[in-house]
Amino acid sequence: MTALFEYLLRVGDDRLVLGHRLSEWCGHGPVLEEDIALANLALDLLGQATHCLKLAGKVEDKERDEDALAYLRDAIDFRNVNLVELPNGDFGRTIVRQFLFDAWSVLLLEKLQSASHAELAGIAAKAHKEARYHIRHSAEWVIRLGDGTEESHRRAQTALDDLWSYTGELFVGDEVERSLADSGVPNPAMLEPAWREVVSDVVRRATLTLPANGYMHSGGRQGRHTEHLGHLLSEMQILARSHPGAKW
Amino acid sequence: MVSRADAGLELLDLLRSIPDPEVPALDIVELGIVRAVEVGPDGVVRVDVTPTYSGCPAMRVIEDDIVAALRAHGREKVELRTVYSPPWTTDWLSDEAKAKLKAYGIAAPGRAPTDQELVPLTSSVRHVDCPFCGSSNTERKSEFGATACKAIHYCHHCRQPFEEFKPL
Repeated sequence: MTALFEYLLRVGDDRLVLGHRLSEWCGHGPVLEEDIALANLALDLLGQATHCLKLAGKVEDKERDEDALAYLRDAIDFRNVNLVELPNGDFGRTIVRQFLFDAWSVLLLEKLQSASHAELAGIAAKAHKEARYHIRHSAEWVIRLGDGTEESHRRAQTALDDLWSYTGELFVGDEVERSLADSGVPNPAMLEPAWREVVSDVVRRATLTLPANGYMHSGGRQGRHTEHLGHLLSEMQILARSHPGAKW
Repeated sequence: MVSRADAGLELLDLLRSIPDPEVPALDIVELGIVRAVEVGPDGVVRVDVTPTYSGCPAMRVIEDDIVAALRAHGREKVELRTVYSPPWTTDWLSDEAKAKLKAYGIAAPGRAPTDQELVPLTSSVRHVDCPFCGSSNTERKSEFGATACKAIHYCHHCRQPFEEFKPL
């Protein structure tokens, strides 16, 4: 298994799983504009995931296309960070999770635009444009909720405190990133200072408090997930698995 | 004998007859989705397409439309290639295409944003002219609309909601 294949799964699975989570809001948003916004974000992420997994399938060269990779792998074979598979919770929690992810994603994609693999660089350049407006949306909401009512502030702060221990994993690399360093894949740890700067700035504007770094969860990149991913996949995959090869 | 280059241009013109499924006021060539058409020495027509947004659900339909239009024109062997670079931008829309959008009731995109703050202050949101009455007394309601490429605004002058083709 090549490092590039493994890396494309990481980039693709983050977006596939988060996109699926966001799609759960469709028809349930707190206001119509947000219902539409979250569905739009889900669509962008799903599109980015499709391009990454399609390329992963090509790199692997075992006749697995993006659908096979999305629908026919089990939780242990998914390479997303645990942060993105966590349940949505309330709107505030969904937004805080999205913001923590967007702030990281926009920085990663900016770097990946200059990867030496032309197709990966192209996918990243396209996704980066989308990540720019994603973070605008989630950051504006974090500020509005944090600097809003007592209730919205409390919920946003609780979400931030709860989710914080899942952010460490975003910056942990292993031999996969290391072996691709010459191809322009960034060392995840290098993204942390810039991420922290963006997050601290928005958290401050939102009158929220940045949690202290304590224990950090990890393992998603190696297929060690929370119990939530299996439930998510069972819903996402049931149609494709119940009707193998079906076209619709 | 038509040269291969001329045949490619002719087929590109043919593809101008295909409207975008979501914004039918524009065709897929002026939208910048079709990047190139090339006729190989083997007679295979190679069409380079680029997605507007990563998740644009219309891409599959557009690809089917391209193949169908070429087949109807006697070109059986068609190869579609997805190209990502350079990434699609609304800056590729000509003034003529922007005028068509406006006539269709969608505010045309301004220049694509460059080098701005990651999280700008919300007061920096620019006002988009209403495509119906031309007023700039408008307000952005949401950066997300009925399709990935559109935002929702409201015109305080003619009191109508309207869509904007977002600059990207």
